[in-house]
Amino acid sequence: MLNNTSTNLNINQNKQTTNWKQKLYVIFDKGSTTIGLALLFIIMSIITTDFLTVDNLLNVMRQSAVLCIMAVAMTFIIITGGIDLSAGSQLAVSGVVVSGLIVAGVPIPLAILITVLIGGMIGLFMGTVISTQNIPPFIVTLAMTTILSGIAFVYTEGTPVVITDAVFRQIGRGYLGPIPTAIIIMIIVAVIGHILLSHTRFGRYVYTIGDNEEAARLCGINVKWVKTGVYAFGGAITAIAGIVLASRLSSGSPNAGTGSELDAIAAVVLGGTNLFGGEGKITGTLMGVAIISILNNGLNLLNVSSYNQLMIKGVVILLAVWLNSIKARKKASV
Amino acid sequence: MSLSPNERGRYEVNSPIIELKNITKEFSGVKALKGVSLTVYPGSVHALVGENGAGKSTLMKILTGAYSKTSGEILYNGKSIENMDPKNSKKIGIHCIYQELNVANYLTVAENVFLGSQPVNSMGLINWKQMNEKAKEVFASLQINLDPKHVAKNISIAQKQMIEIARAITQEAKILIMDEPTSSLSERETEILLSLVTELKNKGVSILYISHRMDEIFRVCDTVTVLRDGTHIKTLPMSEVQNVDQLVELMVNRKMDDYFNKIEVPIGETVLKVQNLSKTGVLKDINFELRSGEILGIAGLVGAGRTEIAQALFGLLKKDTGEILIDNQLTKINNPSDAIKLGIGFVTENRKETGLVLKQTVRDNISLPNLKKFTKSLLVNKKAEKKVSEDYKQKLNIKARTIEQTVSTLSGGNQQKAIIARWMIQEPRILILDEPCRGVDVGAKAEIFAQISHLAKQGVGIIMISSELSEIVGMSDRAIVMREGVIAGELSKDMITSDNILKLAFGGGISA
Repeated sequence: MLNNTSTNLNINQNKQTTNWKQKLYVIFDKGSTTIGLALLFIIMSIITTDFLTVDNLLNVMRQSAVLCIMAVAMTFIIITGGIDLSAGSQLAVSGVVVSGLIVAGVPIPLAILITVLIGGMIGLFMGTVISTQNIPPFIVTLAMTTILSGIAFVYTEGTPVVITDAVFRQIGRGYLGPIPTAIIIMIIVAVIGHILLSHTRFGRYVYTIGDNEEAARLCGINVKWVKTGVYAFGGAITAIAGIVLASRLSSGSPNAGTGSELDAIAAVVLGGTNLFGGEGKITGTLMGVAIISILNNGLNLLNVSSYNQLMIKGVVILLAVWLNSIKARKKASV
Repeated sequence: MSLSPNERGRYEVNSPIIELKNITKEFSGVKALKGVSLTVYPGSVHALVGENGAGKSTLMKILTGAYSKTSGEILYNGKSIENMDPKNSKKIGIHCIYQELNVANYLTVAENVFLGSQPVNSMGLINWKQMNEKAKEVFASLQINLDPKHVAKNISIAQKQMIEIARAITQEAKILIMDEPTSSLSERETEILLSLVTELKNKGVSILYISHRMDEIFRVCDTVTVLRDGTHIKTLPMSEVQNVDQLVELMVNRKMDDYFNKIEVPIGETVLKVQNLSKTGVLKDINFELRSGEILGIAGLVGAGRTEIAQALFGLLKKDTGEILIDNQLTKINNPSDAIKLGIGFVTENRKETGLVLKQTVRDNISLPNLKKFTKSLLVNKKAEKKVSEDYKQKLNIKARTIEQTVSTLSGGNQQKAIIARWMIQEPRILILDEPCRGVDVGAKAEIFAQISHLAKQGVGIIMISSELSEIVGMSDRAIVMREGVIAGELSKDMITSDNILKLAFGGGISA
């Protein structure tokens, strides 16, 4: 039989914990990413001597450029409720393509343009398959990962294409005034991404599709076009990331960028984008990128071995996804 | 303790298994239940009747713990239960069989019966032999003819329902709630189900039977409780109910036309003409016209093809044959975007599934199909967007703190107003409303109907699909009644009565 007094007690306790939990939830819902980033920044400033220097911070930003550009593309894709597991392989393909073209003597601007177009075509292809054939993005992009990786290896016969062109190397390594070129490219891409997402119809449709595809369709939105467009845009942007990476490494390697899609996804999710679509912001993604980059940099400064870094990063990502799922559940129960 | 009749009509001392006393339930200020009481005795079938929105489902959800009551008391075997959560409800032995059946399609019948409580052997592995035998026993005791080894995917809906009943029995259910159990069953299957209900009753199970079908209630129920607008109207032993009319009278709210704000407006030219529209198995030879300023009601039972007409007009259903003419021009509507360009708006019946973008704000939801209007040199002009959204929030009296509030936090009525605002901004020539007031409280209902009238006054041709007879009667200038994919009849204004609509919907003739 049920015991009344004990059940009453339970209710009171429940009420208290809910209030307490709700307050905590409001705090981390509004600013969990900012708080996390600030904490990380402060901790790294205290426990390392070299972190809080202009040189190091510029270095962190420059190293985060590739990840940041990729993450901007990934933000769009995840907001539609999709995912792109092939981003890392796209990075490799665009790297070897641009290197190959330059080594073959194609002028740099043309080589870059062709590479970005090819990236866009790869995205267009995936987007078309996803939106017209109703195959989950997870599957399509996973299959694409091995296809693209294979292409990169066949194209290079397994060895990196070394670039000796000094001008091209300036993209990833050079400076424009006091600021590294890579940072400038990163900022331009982020600003374009932000405007596209928040201030154009296309961007608004991206959110709508991620939240309620059927409602979008019934409002006359061409869902297939928007979805395909998102992947095509993502492919072109990721190609830019690949070009920056190739320039920094002075070579196009079929191995470059392996696994970087996971960092990009992690940055997007850390930045508060809903992994199930419909919510997210470029500004959030920038913070997510900053968290991952500062973590990388700080752990290096602390001489943590790269194997241990892997574990720490994994835990951080798991934590972020867990927080995200709590948010989603909270929202669903409102 | 009280005196209640058992199924053989004899009276004996019997104490109730569950009692609901003065249950009130509020949803963000709206009272769905106002002091409802219900007493259920063991081994009896208790019918719960009332119109849509009378509060039947809400009351049952309080019993199953899906909702928590705002006030009132729940007694189980005379003992008060404070927190009726789903866990406690199950522990007591309350089981509910919903209209949406809860059966895993790729498991066997026996596995579905023992879902979550499969018998295991000493190794901790599933004991298939025992499970199949046990399932067979349960089926035999309920006189169900079903092979435990069949995969659930291939059996009928009626059989799936039986799986759920068998599951409830194996879990020793004492109170079984059945929500419209026969709504999707054939006549023969209904017979089997009704005999099963009697079988369960004889085993001492209490059954709460929710149904719109009066003949079933007269056949199997011992007691009936009538709800109307969230209030408890009457509880009667079935032996004291003389006929169907008596029950219907208790169910129907006589002061219904209060909230219709029908304005008489001159009816204009024909804007829409549908000719010989057919779709195999769905619609057959549909012909009708719609004039500007006219409200055309489409009535009929659920599944009779009402929504499908709307879908065909909006490019969501590919028609096999037939023509759609707008302003006497033949049109080609292949998708919603085509329909919108031709000036058609469509408020769907499932607000949450196909209407709202729940994570977004009221403003986003209002401006969604209208963003083109606010776009200047590629960028969306947020100022203009906000102004228009704000205007419509005022105009339709959408109750939200600001237009930046997330739409999911609004009440159903206000969400619906936001969707109507969305289409009003489009200035459509034809507006289709599918169940515009489903799940909307009375106050918002009146406001929505006032807006519909207002739109008609501006010359918009309106098609209103509704299951609520009173809405069709109260609002329509003309009505068509659907039955099994065909237009069973068209009613001119003075012929639109509940009686005539029902007769056409069920396949009878009408009287002038």
